[in-house]
Amino acid sequence: MTNPTAPTRTLVVEKEMPYPPEKIWRALTQAPLIEAWLMSNDFQPVIGHKFTLRTKPMPNWSGIIDCEVLVVEPNSRLSYGWESMGLKSVVAWILTPTKSGTHVRMEQSGFRSEEDASYKGASYGWQKFIGGLERVVEGLD
Amino acid sequence: MQAIAADLFKALSDPTRRTIFEWLARDGEQTVHGLTARAGVTQPAVSKHLAVLKLARLVRDRREGRETHYSAQPRALVPLIDWMSHYGVFWRDRFDRLETLLNKMDK
Repeated sequence: MTNPTAPTRTLVVEKEMPYPPEKIWRALTQAPLIEAWLMSNDFQPVIGHKFTLRTKPMPNWSGIIDCEVLVVEPNSRLSYGWESMGLKSVVAWILTPTKSGTHVRMEQSGFRSEEDASYKGASYGWQKFIGGLERVVEGLD
Repeated sequence: MQAIAADLFKALSDPTRRTIFEWLARDGEQTVHGLTARAGVTQPAVSKHLAVLKLARLVRDRREGRETHYSAQPRALVPLIDWMSHYGVFWRDRFDRLETLLNKMDK
């Protein structure tokens, strides 16, 4: 019953920024700079490097994110696995130079539980479930 | 609140439990026997899954004679939806911070 073509839930945030890709790349990949805008971390721009992002716990969220570097293409693409409270997703940064700066695109996709990854033949994927969730909740008064 | 969310994530981390919950949400109230026939696992296994779902308040049970009937409580999913939409707000806020930082950085 596994459906590999089930749509993946993707969150996209994008913005044109008046800075060159090289500068934005530094902000995305140097640990002290990452801390200044994202969270405290032990990031290194090395594929396979495992790191942790930490912030203040919030209601319903521990504030701890376990990550692993997946893609490093300097000044262009950066991607890391992002796992928090048993839900796995992938965060990808895509930098595209423009006339006046850089188009910055962040995609967070593939929310799924840890158990899905190792549970081949599982009947219901987490994405599919999440996809149906909002419909269920919209139906509530 | 934290404890409720943790129970909720734990309950929904298992594919069989998600399947059972979806059946109940979609098809309405069912007995343990009915669910066992569909699930293709043993009745004790189904009962165990239902107990975890109940702990997370995702299902409610009702005894009638010798049968226990279970029904879905979709409202229990609200913290999960909050959590998903949390990320939308989260990243927009971080984009603003990133721009502030870029503005302060040297060339």
